[in-house]
Amino acid sequence: MTISLHGLTKVFPGGVRALDSLDLDIGEGEFFALLGPSGCGKTTLLRSIAGLETPTSGTVSIGGADVTALPPGRRDVAMVFQDYALFPHMDVTANIAYPLRIQKVPRARREARAAEVAGRLSLSELLGRRPGQLSGGQQQRVALARAIACHPKVFLFDEPLSNLDARLRLEARTFLKRLQDELGVTTVFVTHDQGEALALAHRIAVMDAGRITQVGTPAEIFRRPATTFVASFIGSTPMNLLPGEVAGGALHVAGAVLPAPPGLPDGEEIVYGVRPEYADLSAVPRDDAFPGTVAVLENLGTSTLVTLEGGGEDGDRLVQVVVPEGEDPPVGAAAWAVPRPDRALVYHGDRLVHPA
Amino acid sequence: MNTDAAGLGRRRAVGFVLPALVLIGVFLVFPALWTIYLGLTDYRLTGLAAADPQVVGADNYTAAIGDDRFRTSLWLSVQYVLGSAVIGQAVLGFALAWTLRDRRGPVRRIIEGLVLLSWILPSSVVAFLWIALLDRDGGTLNALLGTPGAAWLLDHPMLSIIVFNTWRGTAFSMMLYAAALETVPPSHLETARLAGASALQQLRDVVLPRIKGHVLTNMLLISLWTFNDFTPFLITAGGPEGRSEILPFYVYTTALRGGQLGFGAAVSFLILLINLVFALAYLRLLRTRDRTRDRDRGRDHGDGGGAVSGAGPAIRGTAG
Repeated sequence: MTISLHGLTKVFPGGVRALDSLDLDIGEGEFFALLGPSGCGKTTLLRSIAGLETPTSGTVSIGGADVTALPPGRRDVAMVFQDYALFPHMDVTANIAYPLRIQKVPRARREARAAEVAGRLSLSELLGRRPGQLSGGQQQRVALARAIACHPKVFLFDEPLSNLDARLRLEARTFLKRLQDELGVTTVFVTHDQGEALALAHRIAVMDAGRITQVGTPAEIFRRPATTFVASFIGSTPMNLLPGEVAGGALHVAGAVLPAPPGLPDGEEIVYGVRPEYADLSAVPRDDAFPGTVAVLENLGTSTLVTLEGGGEDGDRLVQVVVPEGEDPPVGAAAWAVPRPDRALVYHGDRLVHPA
Repeated sequence: MNTDAAGLGRRRAVGFVLPALVLIGVFLVFPALWTIYLGLTDYRLTGLAAADPQVVGADNYTAAIGDDRFRTSLWLSVQYVLGSAVIGQAVLGFALAWTLRDRRGPVRRIIEGLVLLSWILPSSVVAFLWIALLDRDGGTLNALLGTPGAAWLLDHPMLSIIVFNTWRGTAFSMMLYAAALETVPPSHLETARLAGASALQQLRDVVLPRIKGHVLTNMLLISLWTFNDFTPFLITAGGPEGRSEILPFYVYTTALRGGQLGFGAAVSFLILLINLVFALAYLRLLRTRDRTRDRDRGRDHGDGGGAVSGAGPAIRGTAG
């Protein structure tokens, strides 16, 4: 089912504008991520699709039908909450079959359905247990099973992986992606973890202050972040975003002289962005590199994150570079960070101007 | 495992608890035993038996159980507890707590304030207010209903004190349930709503299972309090013709007005036993709950058990 939001606005009592006239279309069978920092409105957006929040204005349509006025129970959506919301007094079967019980499906049929879904999620051994007797990962799968059992048109996941420990989270992520692929049901999930969004979603909407800043595939969002906000939010190491100026047809950024994209007049201020992974470290001076002193080394396992401290008047300017395993420079040495021009981003007035 | 977490040693640990144990012994255990002893004698307030009480064995108990007035009182007490505590306070308190659960601001504060006010006002003041409300000639209720001359306290004495006690005690249940409802995670209610559950189904499937422990604790406390409640005596004094004479009134009139202290002590002991049965029944209900997580709440019921002995002094007060 497609989901389409039009002019969606939510103002909470007290004046907080959680959603600001937001438009969004989510395609049939899509795995869609709402990504943003806390308080950006992503959870409010998810809850508005579920019907748990009533928008102040705007419309929500599911499968082409306007559901703005429908209560949650009649929208045919299933939601998995961050805390899983399993009923502690019911065993796994009763929890999975709960929505079917409300729909007055006969006991034998709903228990058969619960067992079938449980089998699919490797929960067959646990059908008689209570949620208190399950591990976090098992509880999450029971919550998923409950969502799947009633054949909803849409799945909504609120931070589905955030209550799992780091190792389990990776396994659950792979599992979740395969499950969504097999079921082919339109799925919207909320996350503040950019890695999770990149890994799971077909498309991502990056949100900030109740608005959508950018919508795109993970590759688009990663390669061409539309604003410096998206640029700084995406990526497992924070992107270097350095202020600079256009002069003499070139960019003067933090001690480096770099080729300017066409169409920028002299004197304009720009922000130059390059990911630490897309810069190389040079031990000899270069014009097209940011000079600095090696201040911190952070071992990332297969590589090392090097932080360079700018000298002279740019004393607090930091540039980070990822170097391959075993090529760590000594701390305190002078070094030059060379951005790869084909991976560099240039923002003018907080708009991406290069690559065009 | 080391059970001496504080590292006091047995001797000093005893030193710490001894003062409390002495106080409990002097003011709780001894009077209780004394009441049992008095119940076995023909001790009176005045006269020969006051100076030299004789042990009469179980005579007081057989007399009480054979006494129609005692059995009527017991039945009236059961009505009083069921009507004003179980149905009145618990149901009304829950309804208020449930209705107000999402409300913030002035409406909630005003209702809570009014309900609390009826709870914290002194009994004698409240009793006077209710006499003024229900009075036959100048009563407020008759003025409101346009039924001059309706003698509520004479025609419906039990109903009057049941409504009175419901009004008086609802605040406790309301506050306890309001706190209990806070423990229901919003995501559980929302999951039920997304499944299409109606408000009643949400109550049945999500709310009540989660607050069952609170409900039982509340029932235990308010049943015991109501069973031992003496306040409505200030309104009806058990009348007319004993039609609102619940057990505490019966003990008071026989033991202090009638001077039969030994008999009163025996009836007090019976009341204590009834309280104990109540408490044990509730405790058993709690124990049969299947979840281990409720063990903590079971401990709350240890305090509920304390209310049984706490109820004791009021009864013994009438005997001693």
